[in-house]
Amino acid sequence: MLVPILTACAVIAVIGAVIGVLLSVLSEKFKSKIDPKEEKLRSVLAGSNCGGCGYAGCDAYAKAVVYEGADPGLCVAADPAKISEILGVSVTGGKKKVAYVRCSGNCVKTNMNYNFDDTNDCRIAYLAPGHGSKKCPYGCCGFGTCAEVCPYDAIRITDGLAIVDSEKCQACGKCVAVCPNRLIDIIPSDAMYVVRCSSLKKGMVVKNACADGCIGCGICVRACPEGAITVANNIARINQDKCTRCGKCAEKCPSKIIIKRF
Amino acid sequence: MNYVTAFILGIINYALIDNVVLCRFLGLCPFLGVSKKTSTAVGMGASVIAVITLSSAITYFINKYALIPLNLVYMRTIAYIMIIAALVQTVEIILKRKMPSLYKALGVYLPLITTNCAVLGVAIDCSQKGFGFFDTMVFSVGTSVGFLVSIVIMAGIRERIQYNKIPKAFKGMPIVLLAAGLMAIAFFGFKGVSFT
Repeated sequence: MLVPILTACAVIAVIGAVIGVLLSVLSEKFKSKIDPKEEKLRSVLAGSNCGGCGYAGCDAYAKAVVYEGADPGLCVAADPAKISEILGVSVTGGKKKVAYVRCSGNCVKTNMNYNFDDTNDCRIAYLAPGHGSKKCPYGCCGFGTCAEVCPYDAIRITDGLAIVDSEKCQACGKCVAVCPNRLIDIIPSDAMYVVRCSSLKKGMVVKNACADGCIGCGICVRACPEGAITVANNIARINQDKCTRCGKCAEKCPSKIIIKRF
Repeated sequence: MNYVTAFILGIINYALIDNVVLCRFLGLCPFLGVSKKTSTAVGMGASVIAVITLSSAITYFINKYALIPLNLVYMRTIAYIMIIAALVQTVEIILKRKMPSLYKALGVYLPLITTNCAVLGVAIDCSQKGFGFFDTMVFSVGTSVGFLVSIVIMAGIRERIQYNKIPKAFKGMPIVLLAAGLMAIAFFGFKGVSFT
């Protein structure tokens, strides 16, 4: 009874051992020379294969930089100083950016149309009437599809609302692509004032649906001395290039929907 | 019939009449995946020839001197897969060093030869049909040459239809599958040829 099992194990083990030894000898003999730059560069890159640089992974990007002269400043998570040290050229990595969810409608603030609990994917919930159970059709569905795809574990769902941890976020853009409501923006990490709503409905409808919503009143537009805010389609937008962080918009906003981030 | 005639007829038989891709529908994944350019298709076909020939030779001896005497025929699949995987690794290591451009062009399809059903199919077919060593070699070389022939023809077709006006619905993979179907019909024309 036991003998055939043992012989089977032994035969497979012997075959495996022989193959293993042969392969290791062979790989030692045919060792390909790797550019030491590539290895070093690979070690300072993010290492999470997030794909934010547009290449298939960190290995592919390191190869592309060393052998094909790809732009060395594409990795959002790597320290540009280290990369320039390795490559011997000055790399000005782009300004640090973070993802930002343009919604503040959590379970407390937003009214519900119905209960919707037979899925855990926002992209399915989005297909339901009113783009999910929240009364606001533009709001965060809150099932955390963005959190699932985040390679840096930077998104948490708190009270049915996705919140990005700006410390962990590397702005790779995976969540932006996956959010069915297109709620997530990539903004400069030093952007201080942001509009935390993306509802395009008129003021009354917004107020009915959510305690925290931009009603498109335009008070912020008049309050801003720099002309950085525009209201179109009942929603305010802040041009972060023009913003001087004076904070007047947040003071004047009647719905308190312009938020100071830090 | 001496060995030379038998070898040549066997190659023609397995490469054209019983073509592995187009008549037996094995190894479709690399057939569709790596047939974009003729040069990579030739590289892929050559690697498959090397892997199939070596693997069926080795598995023949493993089968005859280890599995059958020890009554372990049921372990065939697992033992063969190990040998095939090792051979693919070998080919990969050698290609990486000797022909980096081909290694890069083959990309993920090179390790995928491991799971190319044509490779395992040939090895298992030989054992199940009880082929001798000569027949095994004829079968494996013929089959893999058939794979090379069909993937190179396919790559040629794809290179030529690249700039054709293809209806929007057929762009990309659908037209490739249609072409493969037409090729299969053409290859079925060989079925009337018989050497026996």
